[in-house]
Amino acid sequence: MASIKIRAKAKDGVTTVKTLMSHAMETGLRKDSKTGKKIPAHHITEVTAEHNGNVVMTANWGGAISKNPYLSFKFKGAASGDKIKITWVDNMGEGDSAEAAIK
Amino acid sequence: MNLLRRKFVKTAAFVGATVSAVGTGILIPKRALGAYSKAAFDAKDVSGALTAAMGSDQHTASGDIKLKAPDIAENGAVVPVTVSSTMGNIDAISIIASANVSPLTSTYMLTSACEPFVSTRIKMAKTSDVVAVIKADGKLYSATKEVKVTIGGCGG
Repeated sequence: MASIKIRAKAKDGVTTVKTLMSHAMETGLRKDSKTGKKIPAHHITEVTAEHNGNVVMTANWGGAISKNPYLSFKFKGAASGDKIKITWVDNMGEGDSAEAAIK
Repeated sequence: MNLLRRKFVKTAAFVGATVSAVGTGILIPKRALGAYSKAAFDAKDVSGALTAAMGSDQHTASGDIKLKAPDIAENGAVVPVTVSSTMGNIDAISIIASANVSPLTSTYMLTSACEPFVSTRIKMAKTSDVVAVIKADGKLYSATKEVKVTIGGCGG
């Protein structure tokens, strides 16, 4: 399942990573308009970014991150052609990961 | 007779107080701190969320933090927020939407390789301050910006 899109670009020694994940990101506060029952919380809790197998950044998320989350960050020490890997885990134990080469 | 009744009321009140004190005591161990701090995201106020996520709720405003967010967000479900800084030795960045039911939106743990830059999109329930809190050299620094929300994005 390709739920993650990654764009990573190295320029002047700094790599900018932009990533889009597809996820419902339910807060647990929203109600179903038909049944009136609360929709249970279902959101990504942890996102890990690895550069050539080393963790460069970890993000902890609550339900207040928008649906189909976007995340961008920058790090040093990578060259073009290196691998960047993004992994996410949600509060229901589901997860996914994807890898891309830095341009 | 009357005296006895007095005593009974006093004892009952005391027992009641003890029971409620124990009741709240039981709740505390559940808030165990881990890699993912559920307590921080469950916290209903800003200081509670900060204490659980960053270790303290004491932060000083800093001009070295740049918080980019729209003045007016038409859709509270998608509010783009970018935090960047010129500070060094940054360990973590937290983004807080003060008026949300759970104010903490996210925390980013940065390694030494990271540039102090994070950009994402958050949900906001209503018009409030967005606070970026940065942990650098063990201290907390912050930048605040008010975002006006026309349609809330947290449902309910």
